[in-house]
Amino acid sequence: MSEVSLSMSHAAGPVPTVTLPEAPAKITARNLNFYYGEHHALKNINLTLGANRVTAFIGPSGCGKSTLLRIFNRMYDLYPGQRATGQLMLDSTNILDPKLDLNLLRARVGMVFQKPTPFPMTIYENIAFGIRLYEKISKSEMDGRVERALRGGALWNEVKDKLNASGLSLSGGQQQRLCIARTVAVRPEVILFDEPCSALDPISTAKIEELIQELADDYTIAIVTHNMQQAARVSDKTAFMYLGELIEFDDTNKIFTSPGDRRTQDYITGRFG
Amino acid sequence: MGSEHTAKAFDSDLQELTRLVAEMGGLAERMIVESVDALIRRDVALGKRVAEADAEIDNLQRLIEERAVLTIARRQPMAVDLREIVGAMRVATDLERIGDLAKNMGKRVAALDSDFQPLKLIRGLEHMTDLVQSQVKSVLDAYAAHDLPAAMTVWKGDEEVDALCTSLFRELLTYMMEDPRNISFCIHLMFCAKNIERIGDHATNIAETVFYMIEGQQILDKRPKGDMTTFASVVPGN
Repeated sequence: MSEVSLSMSHAAGPVPTVTLPEAPAKITARNLNFYYGEHHALKNINLTLGANRVTAFIGPSGCGKSTLLRIFNRMYDLYPGQRATGQLMLDSTNILDPKLDLNLLRARVGMVFQKPTPFPMTIYENIAFGIRLYEKISKSEMDGRVERALRGGALWNEVKDKLNASGLSLSGGQQQRLCIARTVAVRPEVILFDEPCSALDPISTAKIEELIQELADDYTIAIVTHNMQQAARVSDKTAFMYLGELIEFDDTNKIFTSPGDRRTQDYITGRFG
Repeated sequence: MGSEHTAKAFDSDLQELTRLVAEMGGLAERMIVESVDALIRRDVALGKRVAEADAEIDNLQRLIEERAVLTIARRQPMAVDLREIVGAMRVATDLERIGDLAKNMGKRVAALDSDFQPLKLIRGLEHMTDLVQSQVKSVLDAYAAHDLPAAMTVWKGDEEVDALCTSLFRELLTYMMEDPRNISFCIHLMFCAKNIERIGDHATNIAETVFYMIEGQQILDKRPKGDMTTFASVVPGN
């Protein structure tokens, strides 16, 4: 007589989930509100931009994402009737402090706009101009700074033989990279991008996106974009805003694969309104 | 899935994918039932028809993959839509494998030439098939309805199938030891039992896909398992 014996032993671990390590805070907003005259444009925004992280801001037109970006370097101060309340800290500096030196703030928090805005001067001068505002340096030092900035803007190889040509002679994508180089030239800590690729062709867009990721090694980056795939590609964290409120703020991978809020989901999947 | 997309064509793309998966699922279910039916009744012609039907399932899988890839390229889906499309591709892969397993059983019908046909074994196989087929049906319904609790019931319910398979194995081994002339038949039946058990595993895979589609993350719990055929061995008695 024989018999069949059965035994069993097996072990399996849980599937590990990958999350981004927390970065130290660079910009922190607490109960931040913003008003265009009577219009309450931003409502109780609380969020933290991590140092050397790329944070994307998405949301339908008029949701307040560009407004928020413009508070980070007090751009709104240029216009009367606009005011911000609450707390907004850049490291230990209160950005909303009325006595703050705005030129210094804007040297620390640079900005790149939707449309490339090169100055009507040579490529070299486009970069040197900003540096001269803050520093007195020799010609040879300046040459080095201009080259480093243009390399930082991934433009050096394309313009090194025509530094004296007008900045306006460059293509749209090159002009935008010139603007990024100009921003990088003054060695800011934070760079704000407001729709930096919406006027560019796909190849220029890809170059800028690659550049943004490289820049994150040295700078803290905030980017406003209407292009959801772009936000998904370039950012570490994503903030979804709607009607002046911050609806959801989480790791980009989470936002674009399984967002927590129904409104975020409806927006990123194209079911809005 | 809630409200409609601004781009209506996107909705119809997704609906078409779900419809194709449902069609494929219906075919797979039929193949399971018919292959075992053919096996039990020794119906060689039916077994052959089942084997031939597999080509249709393969075609549907290719079609689903093409449609899914095209939709991804056109719409750059995000979040729930992306999971929906990835889910359809995964379910189609499981159904294609189910088709293969049923085809394999259909082909074995022709090889069963012995008169030996112990009723207990046949009943066991039938019972196992009923269970698995209802698992496949339930999980496909759960997929179509985005019904997470129903999918989880299938996921947890595979244990009974595994236990049945183990007991069938034990019995088949005993028959083979009793009379070597039974070996050929028993081996074929053993493969069939294993195929049905594998089909049950694919049903739980689909349940995991439903979980992923709804929850947005992979399932972490360990599934209860009762299949111990891997550890079956013959121990000489006294």
